[in-house]
Amino acid sequence: MGDMLKPSVLAGAFPALAQAVHGEPLAYLDNAATTQMPEAVIEAMRRFESTDRANIHRGVHTLSQRATDAFERSRAELKRFIGAGAAHELVFTSGTTESLNLVAHGLSDAAQGRAFLQPGDEIVVSGLEHHANLLPWQAAARRSGAKLRILEPDRDGRLHADDLAALLGPRTLVFAVTACANATGERPPYEELLALAAEAGALTVLDAAQAVAHEVPRLSQLPCDFIAFSGHKMYGPMGIGVLAGRRAALERLAPLRLGGDMVEWVTQQGATFAELPARLEGGTPNVGGAVGIAAAASFIDTIGREAIDAHVRSLRAHAAAGLSALGGVTVLSPHAERSAIVSFVCEGVHPHDLGTLLDGEGVAVRTGHHCAQPLLDQLGTGATTRASFALYNTHEEVERLVAGVARALEMMR
Amino acid sequence: MNDGIDDLYQDVVLEHKRAPRHFGALEAPTNEARGRNPQCGDDVRVQLRVEGGRVADVGFQGQGCAICIASASMMSEAVMKQDLETVRALHKRFRAVLTGRAEPEGANLGKLASLAGVSRYPNRIKCALLGWHALMHALDGAVQTSDAPAEEIAP
Repeated sequence: MGDMLKPSVLAGAFPALAQAVHGEPLAYLDNAATTQMPEAVIEAMRRFESTDRANIHRGVHTLSQRATDAFERSRAELKRFIGAGAAHELVFTSGTTESLNLVAHGLSDAAQGRAFLQPGDEIVVSGLEHHANLLPWQAAARRSGAKLRILEPDRDGRLHADDLAALLGPRTLVFAVTACANATGERPPYEELLALAAEAGALTVLDAAQAVAHEVPRLSQLPCDFIAFSGHKMYGPMGIGVLAGRRAALERLAPLRLGGDMVEWVTQQGATFAELPARLEGGTPNVGGAVGIAAAASFIDTIGREAIDAHVRSLRAHAAAGLSALGGVTVLSPHAERSAIVSFVCEGVHPHDLGTLLDGEGVAVRTGHHCAQPLLDQLGTGATTRASFALYNTHEEVERLVAGVARALEMMR
Repeated sequence: MNDGIDDLYQDVVLEHKRAPRHFGALEAPTNEARGRNPQCGDDVRVQLRVEGGRVADVGFQGQGCAICIASASMMSEAVMKQDLETVRALHKRFRAVLTGRAEPEGANLGKLASLAGVSRYPNRIKCALLGWHALMHALDGAVQTSDAPAEEIAP
């Protein structure tokens, strides 16, 4: 089984990986939480901050123009990356959480006139979601009087188009789903689900946070009104993310952040808002972050998105097989082939103990509810241990994970 | 594996995790409370029968990691038949050792000293204090506080 990057290349390309933890080489398997940044991204951000840093738009001086150009180049690069077409627009946010809040708030806020969502309307959200794609919809339902309905997964954690068809009705105005469940690694058939919801007349929302680093959605080929993702889960910086989608859908959103840069004309008693994308980007944006996330997108394409996808899937399959072979270990969504996440529970060993024991061997994993408490409650697993893979991970690291879990089982039971 | 891990999971800790003492419900508790850690779903209910200012009986139920269960188990042994002032003072000393404000030597923790290594794992301190938090909450509550609200805890 081949690995993507040789260890000798890795150390230079991803400086954070070239370290020992508790005396062992770091095996960083917490990529669903945050990926590490390659030197190319760090350098692009350093270059911006040290030569072009200034506030964007309206400035007539040279640095302001350079910063504006860098920001807009980043936007164009990301639109290209996700396959946005002429009918699409892309706005920068602080991350997926803000992007999804922007949509849910923007469709339910009546401050600027009639809200899109009205009492009696329905919002359908899948039961696989991260809290960031559930709580904003709970709030939107409360704010607007709309009803929140859940597309429940089956006992194996899968979503089914038939179940969605049964939920959709004339009052369904929004459908929100993940491209990959962060807590279980389940990769739902989101293309089919989005198409069904769109045919029924709903606005469609895709949380692509866990997909964008390896299985990049192609926006122009998807019946998708809104797509959200974060920079720090795709080899880019923290504090920057994207909300992209159909321009006509984005125009329906009441802005979340009112203030500078998002207005056309302001009087003491009122204001008219600017056109997209500025309309949804009030305040000084994270320009350095935008430069970083664009550099990360370009890095992914330099390596090759298909190659990265094949590699992380192979690591996931290896880990799922190795862990399942240990007595007393249950892998969630064992069928999920198109995933970089393996989540599992061990009989008699609590995830927190396992996480501490693995850390003692230099293996970084995440433990707990993964911000998806209702899902894990429903599947009856409670807290889990989660290993998640990136292009720099190796099959040898998967072996270390499996061996570490085997030792923990022996010690704790 | 590094030495810290062996120090954290001493044999006595693992032994209490495998066979927790006073695990189960009391028939007629005078005080009880529940501690929950929403991050990991750990959930411990502590029940007491307080008679004449002493812990006449103690029991705990729930689920948690090895550190959480072992700590609650050793706690139940340590507080049994003790007067409430002694219990509160022991909690104070144990907490001080775990949060690095006191050395285990001289803290007079008995078997609980085996959990002193937790102080080097800041993310795990709340695990070791969960049962204690419930115990203190039970003591602070009025008699028959059987529906004491679950609380998040901070180390």
